[in-house]
Amino acid sequence: MPNVTPLQNILVVVMLWLAVGLAGLAFPRNLRIVTKLLFPIGAAGALALAVSGYSAVTGAVDTLILPLGLPDLPFHLRLDALSGFFLMLLGAVGTGVSVYAAGYLRAGEASAPGVQCFFFQVFLASMALVTIANDAYAFMVFWETMALSSYFLVVSDHEQPDIRRAAFLYLLMAHVGAVAILLCFGVLQGGTGDYTFDSMRGVEHTPFWGTVAFALALAGFGGKAGIVPLHVWLPEAHPAAPSPASALLSAVMLKIAVYGFLRIMFDLLDTSVWWWGVVVLALGLITALYGVIFSAVQSDMKRLLAWSSIENIGFIFAGLGLAITFRAYGMGALAALALTAALYHSLNHGFFKSLLFLATGSVLHATSERSLGKLGGLIHRMPWVAWLALVGTLGIAGVPPLNGFVSEWMLLQAFLFTPGLPHPYLNMFIPVATAVAVLAAALAGYVMVKFYGVVFLGRPREEKLIEAHDAGAWEKIGLAWLAAGCVLLGLMPVAVVELIGNITRLLVGQSLGNPSNWLYLAPINAERSSYSPLLLLTVVALVALATWMLVRYFFHGRIRRGPAWDCGFPAQTSRMQDTAEGFGQPVRVVFEPFFRMQRELPLPSDQSPRYRVTVDDHFWYWIYLPLARATEFLSRMASKLQQGRISIYLLYSFLTLIALLFFVR
Amino acid sequence: MSSTQALLAPSLPSQLINLLAAVMLLIAFAMLAQRRVLTLINLFAVQGLILTASTLLVAWTTSQPHLYWSALITLVLKVLVLPLILHRLIRKLNVKWDVETLIKIPTTMIVGIVLVILSFNLALPISALSGTVARGTLGIAIAIVLLAFLMMITRSKAVPQVIGFLAMENGLFFAATSATYGMPMVVELGIALDVLIGMVILGVFFFQIRERFDSLDIRHLEKLKED
Repeated sequence: MPNVTPLQNILVVVMLWLAVGLAGLAFPRNLRIVTKLLFPIGAAGALALAVSGYSAVTGAVDTLILPLGLPDLPFHLRLDALSGFFLMLLGAVGTGVSVYAAGYLRAGEASAPGVQCFFFQVFLASMALVTIANDAYAFMVFWETMALSSYFLVVSDHEQPDIRRAAFLYLLMAHVGAVAILLCFGVLQGGTGDYTFDSMRGVEHTPFWGTVAFALALAGFGGKAGIVPLHVWLPEAHPAAPSPASALLSAVMLKIAVYGFLRIMFDLLDTSVWWWGVVVLALGLITALYGVIFSAVQSDMKRLLAWSSIENIGFIFAGLGLAITFRAYGMGALAALALTAALYHSLNHGFFKSLLFLATGSVLHATSERSLGKLGGLIHRMPWVAWLALVGTLGIAGVPPLNGFVSEWMLLQAFLFTPGLPHPYLNMFIPVATAVAVLAAALAGYVMVKFYGVVFLGRPREEKLIEAHDAGAWEKIGLAWLAAGCVLLGLMPVAVVELIGNITRLLVGQSLGNPSNWLYLAPINAERSSYSPLLLLTVVALVALATWMLVRYFFHGRIRRGPAWDCGFPAQTSRMQDTAEGFGQPVRVVFEPFFRMQRELPLPSDQSPRYRVTVDDHFWYWIYLPLARATEFLSRMASKLQQGRISIYLLYSFLTLIALLFFVR
Repeated sequence: MSSTQALLAPSLPSQLINLLAAVMLLIAFAMLAQRRVLTLINLFAVQGLILTASTLLVAWTTSQPHLYWSALITLVLKVLVLPLILHRLIRKLNVKWDVETLIKIPTTMIVGIVLVILSFNLALPISALSGTVARGTLGIAIAIVLLAFLMMITRSKAVPQVIGFLAMENGLFFAATSATYGMPMVVELGIALDVLIGMVILGVFFFQIRERFDSLDIRHLEKLKED
């Protein structure tokens, strides 16, 4: 079809999704139709979207004006490489999640399957539309649609008060963020009164107003992405949603926030000041460290993953911060490197986080247990899920040759170039800050060992885990799709970096000058550092094979299964394994000032000993509770106006009238 | 308009209009002081009648035919229909007396006088500019509106409040005819319809309030406030 542009393709996919969603509403309780027909159709749409996104990254910019919206205020759409990249992410991850959801939804669980299908498809469609919106009006409409539909996904299981509370917190934060974004657009239009992005690109801003716009964008999009201290909703809301929705929220929606921030900082806002980047970098690093530390002490597997999302978002923002600083100093190649790392990490996180969230969904269905303390040994019962989750675990832990390593490695490369910054303090402090990034990356590995080890390895901690069953075919396909994505992104960094080059050329005017070498990824230059995952994989595979052969054929060749070493204490039970709390204990002790802890230790004389520890977020007590109390106080003051007496209300109008009469006089 | 020019002089029609305005103001004060609901309704009807007369007078002197229609609407609505509805209402609800006002009547009168001075003061710059029959009447019209508002504030029963609301509309209408030779017909019809519908809705409300609280005292509504 030569006449259909990618943009039109995307609109067709969006309409398909909306139609599928409406069909879901038509058959809300018919599980067969919803899961076996509607979700696969949605998945096909997502795949088509990914292809369109890919062709947009490599293709030309395309615009369109929709005959929708208010009179004289139509929706402007624009597809460029940046939008295309995020559409690709949305489509590729959405395909896997949709296929998985086809096997995941059950009747009688949370709200009706058809209703969930509706909000799921609307959520996908609105995210796609956000990335192609080309005026503030359309952007805000799609942005709010995204927030609302995801709110309904979060609150699917609305019978539980905890979930209602989490969802409300999410909605509140989303709206506060939306107000910040709206104000940001108000600043960006710069008094022209024209809210199309095309006009904003042409507006010159003074440093002051530019800074205001930057701060608003950081607050709005950072809040949506979960930047500390606006992250509190995230560990509540993401685990509350059903697993496919959690996967979309964590893997894709956070990236849409990253997209919004990129769009404003690198496209709409023409000025840039070096210290903006430092602010973003500092917040990103704090977020990364904070997220990973809290992730290490969680004992609910979905909460653990949610905190880990905060950590990854921190990495992405650290990369963006570096890119902003490099760009402000005119160091285009390094800005391109940092930006590439951030975009690459967005893509990677999309794949492995959705994979892990979906894996927890399968575990949840098989065992109806979310607490890490009651799981264990599932690799024997659910080998498919366990092995596929292992791919995601290794990816997120940054183990080569999987995908997480590539982006983290590139980000560290970007950090190592900061001594070249022409600013005396920055080129001293940022290399030190690199240590924080490395620490967070290492702790992320620790967290993933905890996650995987406690859930899948060891022995089952509960009797009922024996009956756990592996995931169904649809779920397996969905998981395998995402795992394949992790592997491919890890093995073909050169191709991906070349693809991202189209975006960096658009945003910072340069791309990574990778000498046309398909085997080695060498950002900046090959003498400094280079990486070849294929070579690494080959060597690792050869060494492993050789070792196995040696042991099998030349050493003794006998395999004997015996009991594990029991330290001389034979009466072991599965409760004696290292627990999630035990695993997190070193982190809890080392980083004690980060937590607000309450512990309840049993006495030696207790007949039924109980150990309880709750770890709270300081920010609740530092920022949110005082804010809530202040709001309550102000509303109590305001409610004094409301006396409930008609005469008083009439008196108010009367006095207003008199005052206005005097005013116009 | 030559007729307008003629009216600037203290001619007979303009003097008559001023007289009628003064009577309307007087009635407004009488309503403010009146405790009996029945008399209040009668006063309202008389005020409507005077409004009709002044509208007719303006229509005749400035020869604007659409003001005749306004006068007719006023006559039908404010002199006949609304008082009739109100009479039936109070007979059905059996409330003849407005026992207590929230503020004592003499105090209210003093506040009223202050309001009249205030409204004349407010109308001064507008009157100086206007070349209509009006001149002084705009101040009176504003005063009538404010006095009716004051009556709504000071009464504790629902029926007098509604009468206050209707009297306020009288004042507005008077301001419109005397200061600007009437509003466009569409607006006037709309307002008339509004008043009528408002009356019907309020009538329904009366019965509801009474059924709920066994009284028409709106102070009972304070209980509806959420703490």
